[in-house]
Amino acid sequence: MLKILKYSFFDLMRSRWSYVYFGFYLLLGVVLLFLNNDLSKAVITLMNVIIVLVPLIGTIFGVMYYYNSKEFSELLLAQPLKRSSIFLGQYLGVALSLTMSLILGLGIPFVFYGLFKSNAIWDFSLLLITGTFLTLIFTALAFNIALSNENKIKGFGYAILLWLFLAIIYDGIFLMTLIFFEDYPLDKLSLVGTMLNPIDLSRTLILLKLDISALLGYTGAIFKQFFGTSFGLIVSFIMLIVWVVLPVLRIMFKSKRKDF
Amino acid sequence: MKLKLLFIAAIFVVTSLGAQTINVCNSCDVTSLTHAISLAKPFDTVMVKKGIYKEHNIKIDKPLTLVGENYPVIDGELKGEVITIISDSVTVDGLFIINVGTSYTEDYAAIRVKKSKHFVIQNLVLEKLFFGIYLEKSSYGKVYHNKIIGDAVEEYNSGNGIQLWYSHYVDIEHNFVEHVRDGIYLEFSDNCVIKNNVSAENLRYGLHFMFSNDDIYQDNTFEDNGAGVAVMFSKKIKMLNNQFRENWGTASYGLLLKEINDAEIIGNTFEENTIGINLEGSNRITYKNNNFANNGWAIKVRGACYANRFIENNFLYNSFDISYNSKVNDNIFDRNYWSNYTGYDLDKDGIGDVPYRPVKLFSYIVNRTPETIILLRSLFIDIIDFSEKVSPVFTPDNLMDNNPQTKRITW
Repeated sequence: MLKILKYSFFDLMRSRWSYVYFGFYLLLGVVLLFLNNDLSKAVITLMNVIIVLVPLIGTIFGVMYYYNSKEFSELLLAQPLKRSSIFLGQYLGVALSLTMSLILGLGIPFVFYGLFKSNAIWDFSLLLITGTFLTLIFTALAFNIALSNENKIKGFGYAILLWLFLAIIYDGIFLMTLIFFEDYPLDKLSLVGTMLNPIDLSRTLILLKLDISALLGYTGAIFKQFFGTSFGLIVSFIMLIVWVVLPVLRIMFKSKRKDF
Repeated sequence: MKLKLLFIAAIFVVTSLGAQTINVCNSCDVTSLTHAISLAKPFDTVMVKKGIYKEHNIKIDKPLTLVGENYPVIDGELKGEVITIISDSVTVDGLFIINVGTSYTEDYAAIRVKKSKHFVIQNLVLEKLFFGIYLEKSSYGKVYHNKIIGDAVEEYNSGNGIQLWYSHYVDIEHNFVEHVRDGIYLEFSDNCVIKNNVSAENLRYGLHFMFSNDDIYQDNTFEDNGAGVAVMFSKKIKMLNNQFRENWGTASYGLLLKEINDAEIIGNTFEENTIGINLEGSNRITYKNNNFANNGWAIKVRGACYANRFIENNFLYNSFDISYNSKVNDNIFDRNYWSNYTGYDLDKDGIGDVPYRPVKLFSYIVNRTPETIILLRSLFIDIIDFSEKVSPVFTPDNLMDNNPQTKRITW
């Protein structure tokens, strides 16, 4: 598996897209810092960008990589190798290279701007951690979609739909549900609803840092326990890990049974 | 005329030559404060040396100066009130008073001033108290440089740090109050000045006004109180250069205004509060040069607020800048800096070319269904906020800042 991971990783490192991705984040970081002149505000803006863009790029890139390297995968399948290690290796190769572009692309401008001396460092590292989780989750989801769909167009379609659903439509439905059932106690429902969507989950995680004063304005014991203590942080992280593990398990399961 | 001069001279002689100092210490002739006060003549000084004095219900019934040397401890042994002043022109200075009794029928205080004038209470340290300094129908006095540290746990069985009741023209300066119910409480007290105090970690309010008019409070710091500062049913209060910080909770405010008219709120900083200012039934207030930074809601307007003017304030990175619960607006927002402003300034005069609408649709939704707060900063919310901004349906359509500044305002 490690060998395949290494191969995929270096293959991607050589490819143009990684550099484009890296360059995009570098530019984003530099421009934000240049325009805002303020680390903490740049972190807030960046958060808005990351929770939308990282999943999008993760899904598209994952699907694209799978379809592109399909012939190579088939060649590998003819070798005496475990199927799960082939696909897991490829998945980790993609996810890790994307993560590296993200961390380096955003990290370099911020470090030069004096991140280590500012108190925004915790917010920023939280941002990078959630970015990493989102990459891992959405690349895994993309591999799932690609494994289940032979047709490339269909695969891309589903991938974009998945992103659209989780990034925007889900919140719309969620909001409507909350308003519709506003006569009932909703704090449990709203927390569960957040847990079921990795984008919302990462958003909440960052809200815990940035908007804690607003979140504590709501009267509700469960809310208060969730946001007022480190309980919320721990639960969110556990859920993010679950969100990585489940799609990865499905990759292993699906690849074992798939008829190539 | 001659007689009058003679009289004045006589008073002068009596007060300057006759004023004695009575020393109190554990090994002196006089070992208790009560005894010393009964021996003293008007305008004498009672000097209390370092030591522990287990006394309560000390009554000062003549103009005296009571001074502690190296903070002698007056221990009330939880039996009741410690010092009661019932005479004009009393000065109490440099005592350490502990163990004030708790009662549910009487408000025991470490020091109570009753129907007296020209008192000075300074350099005291109060601990383990019920009420701290209680001014009752006493005017023209000074409460200066005291430290009050309570251990209040529940609102119903704790007292206030400094309480004024029907007391006018009192200066409260450089005090430090923490862990009591209300840090400083004014009821029916006019023309007082509250300056340079720190009021922190109190159960209820850092500072609380009730039916008190024409007061000024400035350069104070209010931090981490149960519900911040409350100004209620009062007129013409000036609130200048105060700091309101980290008042977090479901019913917490930096500043709560209820039925306040003709006040001035200038140069204050509201930082990291759940609600910066909560206003209800408050009219003709000028808000100028205030900083609102990182609050949940910078300003929450509840209802019946007319003719308020919000001018040249900085709104920095608040989750919500302004929240309204109705469609009616009679308040003016002008020349503020809004960090969430996304317009442009083509003629480069420092004023944005597009008006800014500080009330978002999402704040309306959160008012209705509080649980939706969990969707804060979601992309979907940004989209519906944007559509509301283009054509307001749920938010007051005349509520906007026509001259939003493009640079942070300094003064």
